[in-house]
Amino acid sequence: MHLIQSTVGRKILMAVTGLLLVGFVTIHLLGNLSVFAGPDGINAYAVKLHSLGALVWVFRAAILALFVVHITFGVMLSMENSTATPSNYAIKSRMKTTFSSESMLYTGLILLAFLIYHLLHFTVQITNPEISAGTLPLDAAMRPDVFSMMVLSFQKVFISLVYIVGMIALFLHLSHGLSSFVQTFGLNNGPSLEKVTLGGKLVAVGFLLAYVAIPVLILARFVNI
Amino acid sequence: MDLTLHVWRQSGPKDKGKLETYPAKGISPDMSFLEMLDEVNEELIKTGKSPIVFDHDCREGICGMCSQTINGKAHGGQDRTTVCQLHMRSFKDGDEIFIEPWRARAFPVIKDLIVDRTALDTIMQAGGYTSCHTGGVPDGNAHPIGKPVADYAMDAAECIGCGACVAGCPNSSAMLFTSAKVAQLAVLPQGKHEAMARVMNMTDTMQAAGFGNCTNHLECEASCPKGVSVKFIAKLNREYMKALVS
Amino acid sequence: MILDGKTPTGPIEKTWDKHRFDMKLVNPSNKRKFKVLVVGTGLAGGAAAASLGELGYNVEAFCYQDSSRRAHSIAAQGGINAAKNYPNDGDSIYRLFYDTIKGGDFRAREADVWRLAQVSNNIIDQCVAQGVPFARDYAGYLDNRSFGGAQVSRTFYARGQTGQQLLLGAYSALSRQVKAGTVKMYERHEMVDLVVVDGVAKGITCRDMITGELKSYWGDAVCLATGGYVNVFYLSTNAMGCSVTAAWKAAQKGALFANPCYTQIHPTCIPQTGDHQSKLTLMSESLRNDGRCWAPKNKEDCDKAPGDIPEEDRDYYLERKYPSFGNLAPRDIASRAAKEQCDDERGVGPGKRGVYLDYATAIERVGEHTIKERYGNLFEMYEKITDENAYKRPMRIYPAPHYSMGGLWVDYNLMSNIPGLFVLGEANFSVHGANRLGASALMQGLADGYFVIPYTIAGYLATITPGVVTDEHPAFKESIEQVQAQTDKLLNIKGKKTVSEFHRELGKVMWEDVGMARSESSLKNAMQRIPEIRDEFWKNVNVTGSSNETNQQLENAGRLADFLEFAEVFTADALHREESCGGHFRTEHQTDDGEATRDDENFAYVAAWEFKGAGKAPELHKEPLKFDNVKLAVRSYK
Repeated sequence: MHLIQSTVGRKILMAVTGLLLVGFVTIHLLGNLSVFAGPDGINAYAVKLHSLGALVWVFRAAILALFVVHITFGVMLSMENSTATPSNYAIKSRMKTTFSSESMLYTGLILLAFLIYHLLHFTVQITNPEISAGTLPLDAAMRPDVFSMMVLSFQKVFISLVYIVGMIALFLHLSHGLSSFVQTFGLNNGPSLEKVTLGGKLVAVGFLLAYVAIPVLILARFVNI
Repeated sequence: MDLTLHVWRQSGPKDKGKLETYPAKGISPDMSFLEMLDEVNEELIKTGKSPIVFDHDCREGICGMCSQTINGKAHGGQDRTTVCQLHMRSFKDGDEIFIEPWRARAFPVIKDLIVDRTALDTIMQAGGYTSCHTGGVPDGNAHPIGKPVADYAMDAAECIGCGACVAGCPNSSAMLFTSAKVAQLAVLPQGKHEAMARVMNMTDTMQAAGFGNCTNHLECEASCPKGVSVKFIAKLNREYMKALVS
Repeated sequence: MILDGKTPTGPIEKTWDKHRFDMKLVNPSNKRKFKVLVVGTGLAGGAAAASLGELGYNVEAFCYQDSSRRAHSIAAQGGINAAKNYPNDGDSIYRLFYDTIKGGDFRAREADVWRLAQVSNNIIDQCVAQGVPFARDYAGYLDNRSFGGAQVSRTFYARGQTGQQLLLGAYSALSRQVKAGTVKMYERHEMVDLVVVDGVAKGITCRDMITGELKSYWGDAVCLATGGYVNVFYLSTNAMGCSVTAAWKAAQKGALFANPCYTQIHPTCIPQTGDHQSKLTLMSESLRNDGRCWAPKNKEDCDKAPGDIPEEDRDYYLERKYPSFGNLAPRDIASRAAKEQCDDERGVGPGKRGVYLDYATAIERVGEHTIKERYGNLFEMYEKITDENAYKRPMRIYPAPHYSMGGLWVDYNLMSNIPGLFVLGEANFSVHGANRLGASALMQGLADGYFVIPYTIAGYLATITPGVVTDEHPAFKESIEQVQAQTDKLLNIKGKKTVSEFHRELGKVMWEDVGMARSESSLKNAMQRIPEIRDEFWKNVNVTGSSNETNQQLENAGRLADFLEFAEVFTADALHREESCGGHFRTEHQTDDGEATRDDENFAYVAAWEFKGAGKAPELHKEPLKFDNVKLAVRSYK
C-alpha cells in the first residue's frame, strides 16, 4: 500500500490514470470526428457503441474509477502542496514553471465541471432536451439522430462556447500532463526533456484543434443538417 | 549606484515578520550581493538599528549556506550562481530589490533571512549513504566504474544542499535534493545494494518532513545554483518503481 | 620545557603498526560508557565523529554551520594525495613521506608524516566505498593528476570539487551514525570555552547560535577539529566563520600553540577590488600550468590596458628568476615574487595589488578550445567575479592567505599537552611543517579522522574511568559564568566602531607586517599595533543586540577578541624564528638572490607557545626535531 501513501507512488498513480484518461479522450475524439462524415458517420458509431451492451457499462465503470483516482489524488496532492507552501513571496517570479503546470488543479476542476455538463447534455440529455437525440426523430436509417443533436446544439453559441472553454482547459491540462507523464515514469534522460516537453505541448495543441473544430465548424455552418 | 532594498525582517520564529525598506547608497558594481548587505548592515549598526541577519559562510558558492530569494528567485535566478557569487553589476542604479528568506513549511524562519534547513539533513539520515564501515573496505580499483557512470554520479553529487530547489518549487518539494543523492548512489556499485530501501526511506522522510510533492514544474532545475538536472528525479522515479515491484 | 612528542622508536616503516599494537584497547561493551565530544564537522571532525560513533562510543558533535555538511573543507578544489602508485610512475609510501617532509621544509615530525603517508591509501579506498565519485578513466579505474611539489601523479580528484565530495562522504557516514543514534549532532553551536578539570579536558561550553543560550557539555575526551586561523588576516580564502576561537579557548586553558607563524599564502587568487571586499577567492593552482605571470616593466604602464603594453615592456618575472621551474615555482615562492612586483609599484588593477596571468601564448600554442577544456570552469568563475574575459585579456591574480600549517601542539597520539584534549586536521600543527604541499590538507584531515584518532583515543580512554566528571562539576558552571561575563562586557561597551572595522584594521597590520615577507622591524611594529587595536576594541567596539537571540555581531566580536590575542602570539613566533622556512619568510634571512635560508642548527624545532594572558609575553617550549630517515637539504627551484 506504499503506492497510495507515498509521495512518489501517488505521483505515479496520477500519471498512469492520467495517461489512460488521455487514451479515453483520444478514442472519444476519433468517434466524435465521425460527425464530419455526416449522419452515417456518427449515428452509425453511436449504434455500434450501444450494441456492445454490458461492455459499455464495464467501460464506463472503468473510466469512472480512473476519474475518481485521478481527481482524489490530484486534489489531495494539491492540498498537501499548498500546506507545504504556507506563504508566498512578495514578488512572484517563475523561471521554468508554466501557467499550465501551475494551474493543473484549476484546469482539472474546470474539466470536471465541464464533464458533468457534458454528461447532462449529451448522455443524460436534460440540459437541452428539445434538441436531444431522445426527442429528435430517428434518422433515415432509423438510428437515434446523434448527428442532428450535435449540429443543433453547437449552432447555439452558448453551448459552443462552453465546449470551447472546456477544450481550452483540456489543452492546458494536457500541455503539462503529457510531458509530465514521461518524467514521472522516469523515461527522461537529460537532453530528451526539452523534446518531450515540446512534444507534449504539440499533442495538446492537436487535441485542442481537433476537438474545437467540431463546434467551430458547426457554428461556421460548414457542417449542416 | 543607489538601490532601494525591501528586506524581510522577522525577529524570531513566532514573529509575523514584514518587509522593511532600506536605502543602499554608493554601491560598487564589483561588490558581491552579500558585500552589499554587509555595507547596509554597517550603516544600520552606526544608526543604532539592528543589522539584517543572513546565513553565509564560504562566499565562493560551494558551502550551500547562503539562502536568499531575490526578486522572487532563489539566489537571484542567475544561471549557476549562488547569492554569494551574485555581483551587483547585474543590477542597475535605482533598482528596487526584494530580499526574502526561503519560504517553505519545512524551512521555518529562524530570524530575518535565516531559515532552519535541518529537514534536509533528516532526509540524508534516512539513507543518503552506503553502509560501509570505516576500514575493511576493498581497494579503490576493485570495482571499476565506467567513466560515463562516474561522470553521471558526479553530476548528481554537485548538489550543495542549499535548498534553492525547495525555495523555488511552487510546491516546496525537496525532490531534486533527494533525487540527486538517490541517483548518485544508485548507479555506483557501492551504493546499488541498498538502492531500494534508500529510495523508499528518503522519499518517505521527505514527505514526513513537510515538503510538498513533486509535480514536475521543473522550477527546481532552474533555481539550482549547481545546475543539477531533473533527469535525476526521473531516475528516482525509476528507482522507486523498481523498488515497488520487487 | 622540552616537549615529548611520544613518537615510537625503531624503524620508521614499523612505527605506526608497532604503536597500534602497543596501545591499550577499550572493550567493545565498555565503549558506549565513554562520551566523546567532537567539535567541528569538516573532514577531520566529520570523519572522527562518524568513525568513533561506529566503534560504539557515545559521541556528541558540534558545528557552527547549520548543517554538518558545510565546513570549509568543502571548498578545496584540487585533490587528495595518496601513495597508491596506480600510474606505475614510481610512487611509494616512502616517496610521499619524503615529499611531504621536504615540502614542509624539514619542520615536521618524521613519524607523524610517515603515518600520514601510510594511511593515505586507506583513505582512497574508504572514500570510494562511500560512493565518492572520483574521476575515472575510460576503463573505469581511478584517475590521477600531478600536483605542485611532486614528480609523480598521485592526486585523486573529483572535478574541481574534491573537498566537497570527500566532505559529503564523511557527512554521509556521519548521517548514518546520527540515524543509528551513536552520534548526537548539535548544529549552529559555537564552542566558546574548554572545560578543564584538574588539568584534564572534560567538556566544552557552547553558545546556541539561535537562542543565544550558553550550555556546557561533558565528555571523557574532547576532539577539536576546528580548522585554521588565517582569517586573522581579515581577507583570506577561508570561510567567513572560520576562526581561531575553539583552539584559542584551549590555549587560554593551557594548551600550547605550535608554530603559529607558518601560514600559507596561495599565489593564484582573484585580487581585491576595494575596501568593501569581505573575502578572497582562490583559483586552482593548476592555472599556472599554462599561464605566464608578468607585470609591466615600467610603472607608467600599469594603468594601460594589458594589450597595449608591448612584449618588450613586460616582465615575466617567474621565468626570469626561476628559469628551470618558471611559472611552476612552488606556492610560497610564486606568492612572494608577485608581492615583490607590487611593492615595486608595478602592480596592476584596483589598488595596484595584482599581476597578470596571461594565456595568450598558450592559446596560440594549443588553441582556445583546449584551454577552455582545461580551465573552463575557472575562467567562468573569474568572469563572474571580475566581469573580465580571461581568454581575451590576461587574468589578474594576487596571493591570499589560505592555510595554516601551525596549530595546537599535539603528540603522536594527536593529544595536546592537556590530557583528554585531542586536536585533528588543520587545527593541529603536526604534519605539514613550515609549508603544505597541494592536495595534502584533505589527506591529513581524513587520515586523522578515519584512521588515527579511532586508535589513539582508545589508548587514552583505556586509562581513565568513564563519566567520573560530568556537567554537575562546578567547573562547568564557572565556565558558563565566565563566558557570560565576557559576552556582557562586549555588549556593554557600546562604542563607535563596528566589529568588522576592527577586524579590517587588525587584518591590515597582519597582512602588511606579518604577511608574506616579515622583517624584524615590521614584526616589531605589529607587536606594538596589535595591543593598541585590542585595547581600542575593548573600549570602543559597538556590538548591537542582546545575548539571548541570533546575534551575528556578537559571534564576530567573540571571534575577533580571540584573534586579537592570538595575533600577538603569532607575531611573537614570527619574530623569534630567525630563519626563513616554508611559509615563514624573514627578509633578513635570504640569499643574495632572494632565496630563503633555513637555519637547521638553531631552529630545527617545534616552537610551542604557552599563552600567559593578553599583553603578557607567551612562554616558548621547544620540541626538537630529529631526522633519521631523510637528509636535510636546501629547497631549490632554480
